[in-house]
Formats: sequence, C-alpha cells, structure tokens
Amino acid sequence: MAASSMKDIKLRIKSVESTMQITKAMELVASSKLRKAKERAEAVRPYFTTLRQTLDDIAHSNTDFSSPFVQPREVKKVCYVMIAGDRGLAGGYNNNLFKAVTAHMADKPAVCVMPVGKKAVEYCAHHGLETVSDQFASVEDLGLQDCFSIARTLCARFSKGEFDELYVGYTNFVSMLSQQPEVLKMLPIHHPRTQARDKVESLIQYEPSTPAVYNAIVPEYVGGLLWGTISESQASEQGARRTAMDAASKNAGEMIEDLSLKYNRARQGAITQEITEIVAGAEA
Amino acid sequence: MSTFHLQIVTPDGAFFDGDAERLKVRTIDGDVAILPHHIPYVTVLGTGEADVVVDGVIRRAAASGGMLSVTGGDVRIVATTFEWAEDIDEQRAKLAKEKAEEMIRNAKDAQELERAKAKLLRALTRLKVKG
Repeated sequence: MAASSMKDIKLRIKSVESTMQITKAMELVASSKLRKAKERAEAVRPYFTTLRQTLDDIAHSNTDFSSPFVQPREVKKVCYVMIAGDRGLAGGYNNNLFKAVTAHMADKPAVCVMPVGKKAVEYCAHHGLETVSDQFASVEDLGLQDCFSIARTLCARFSKGEFDELYVGYTNFVSMLSQQPEVLKMLPIHHPRTQARDKVESLIQYEPSTPAVYNAIVPEYVGGLLWGTISESQASEQGARRTAMDAASKNAGEMIEDLSLKYNRARQGAITQEITEIVAGAEA
Repeated sequence: MSTFHLQIVTPDGAFFDGDAERLKVRTIDGDVAILPHHIPYVTVLGTGEADVVVDGVIRRAAASGGMLSVTGGDVRIVATTFEWAEDIDEQRAKLAKEKAEEMIRNAKDAQELERAKAKLLRALTRLKVKG
C-alpha cells in the first residue's frame, strides 16, 4: 500500500513539475512581450491623451452642430468596440473586460459589437451578440492601418445612422500589477457646456468648412483612439498573463514542496514498516 | 519675441512639446502659418513640409495626415506621420518613391492609383525636406 502511494505521489510531483515548466516558460514569454507592449503603449500615450484633449476642447467650445459626428441624437442602438485578447490563461483579463462592457450595456436599448481579438469574437458568438464584423480576430497582428480602416467603417455606419453612440471597451494599463477595464465614449463628440469651461467662449474657425473638417478628423480620431486603446490592452494582457503565470509557478512550487514532504513521509513509513516486519520475523 | 505653446504628437510618440514663435504647415487647403495669439482654429493636415521656428531657428519636417488645432492659445498638431528633417532616412524615401512610381504604373483601379499617388507625395515631401 505504501509503495503504491509513494508511486502516486511521485507521479503527481512529476506532473506538477511539468506544469510549472510550462507556466514558467509562459511567464518568460509574457515578460518579454510585456516589455515591447509597454514601450508601445508608452509611445502612443502622448498621442492618445493629446488627441482626446484636442477633441474634448473642440467639443466644449463647439457651437456648430452641422456635422452628424457632433450631434447628440436619440439613442436607439449603441455600438461597442470590444478589445480582448487572442488567448486565455491571462488571469481575469478577458473576463473582467467582458464584465465591464456587459455592465455598461445593461441600460442600452439595443447593442451591436465590434469584437477585436479571438476571445472577444468567441464571447460574442457564445452570447449571441450582434456583431459588426468578425474579421479582426487577431489583436496581436493588428496594425495602425487596420485601426484606421476599422475607424472608417464605423464612422461610415455611424453617419448612416446604423447606431447612435459608439463606445470602446478596453483595459487600461495602470501599472505592471494593475490593469483596469474601462469603457470610453467615442461618438458622438458632444459635451454639455459646463460653467468652468465657459471661458473658452470664442467660436472656432473651421477650414475649409465644418463638415469637411469633421469628416476628415473624426475617422482619424476614432482610429487613433483605437490604436491607443489596443496598445493599452495589449500591454495589460501581457501584464495580466505574467502576473497569473507568476502566481501559478509559485503555487506549483508550493505544491511540489508539499508533495515532496508527503513523499518522504511515505518513504519513511515504508522503511519503518519493513524494519518492523523484519524484526518481527527474526523474533518469531 | 512672443511665443505660443506647441505640441506635436503622432502614434509613434511625441515630437515636440514647448514654445515656438511660428509654425507653418500644409493643410488640405494649402499652407498656413500660425503666429502667437491665433484665434481658435481647426483644420485638416495634408501631406507636406512643416516648419517650426524656435528661438529664431527654423526646424524643418515632413508631415502627413491628421489635424491642427488652436484652442485657448495652445497649438496642437496631431499628425499621422511626422518626421524632423534630421530623422528622415533618405535611402528609404528614395526606395519608397520608386515603389510608388511603379505602383502608379501598375494601378488597376482609381482607389489603388489614389493610394499610390499619396505614397509618392509622402516620399517626395521627405526627399524635399531632406534635400
């Protein structure tokens, strides 16, 4: 009996060890990818914040509502861009994002989703959400040009009135250890005037014309925001995966220690038993 | 000399954040120059040369796409691409120019031709700013 339990424990140790090898390797891969993704997210950040700030300022002091992109309209349908990862095993990364977006969707009359990343596409298919397009299943291969083409598609649909508001759900890369899922409003670009901002009273001059300016800068803005949010999400995904894999490796280490202890005890028990048997045999 | 706060950013990072005396950029409607105390203004950038005057020295750059905005005295260029003259890779620009010319010769439809022309214009701007 002792021999079989010793063998079982040995097998378990082996299996935990091989799992630990995998989690360690994944942690290393995630670390190196995280470094790259973090650099990218940091490079994009000034662009991202300036872009938002600029459009914010324009929206605040805008008095010309001739473009459909700045008109608030009755909300019948809302579109969400959902940026998740291509793979699992990243702790709560994908799930936290889905939860945040779903919570945001709760009081909307009708929704459609533009999933980015394999997990987001799968989530939409599983939950029967209406999707705009399934072609962006790989978030890792998505380039700046792809973001602009997504933006052009979304802006065209928005202009046509297929949906009345556009949000993006992404994961903000706060730090290596903390990632925060967020939902950001992209369209329409409209802010109610506030007292604090009213010092920017002056009218903005648009050249060549208001519609021409908005038609050109809005797809650019949406594309830029997408690129920024995707960069943030990518860094978050690798960060979450690294943390998850680090925890898994630590757990595996603890388990191995525990199992080794049990194994040694079983071994000792077996030896003691054997000695007892021999002694009993000699006495007899 | 009076100055204004200028910020230049692209998806590749921030390229300028400081005070400038004058700025000249190519918009889709032609060149514009921005001086201090400009009224709030928004326009769309085309592909062309951008000049920034800092402390009396002109810095040249090649820019394309994006927007220029003046709000509350702050001038922001949010461009798709922006390169200072000293950062331009001449060899690469020449290659891009040849490739664009070939694309124009082999263009099958109007959209492809348009894209090739835009590519050629970007390459030519780079070479002009560098040269």
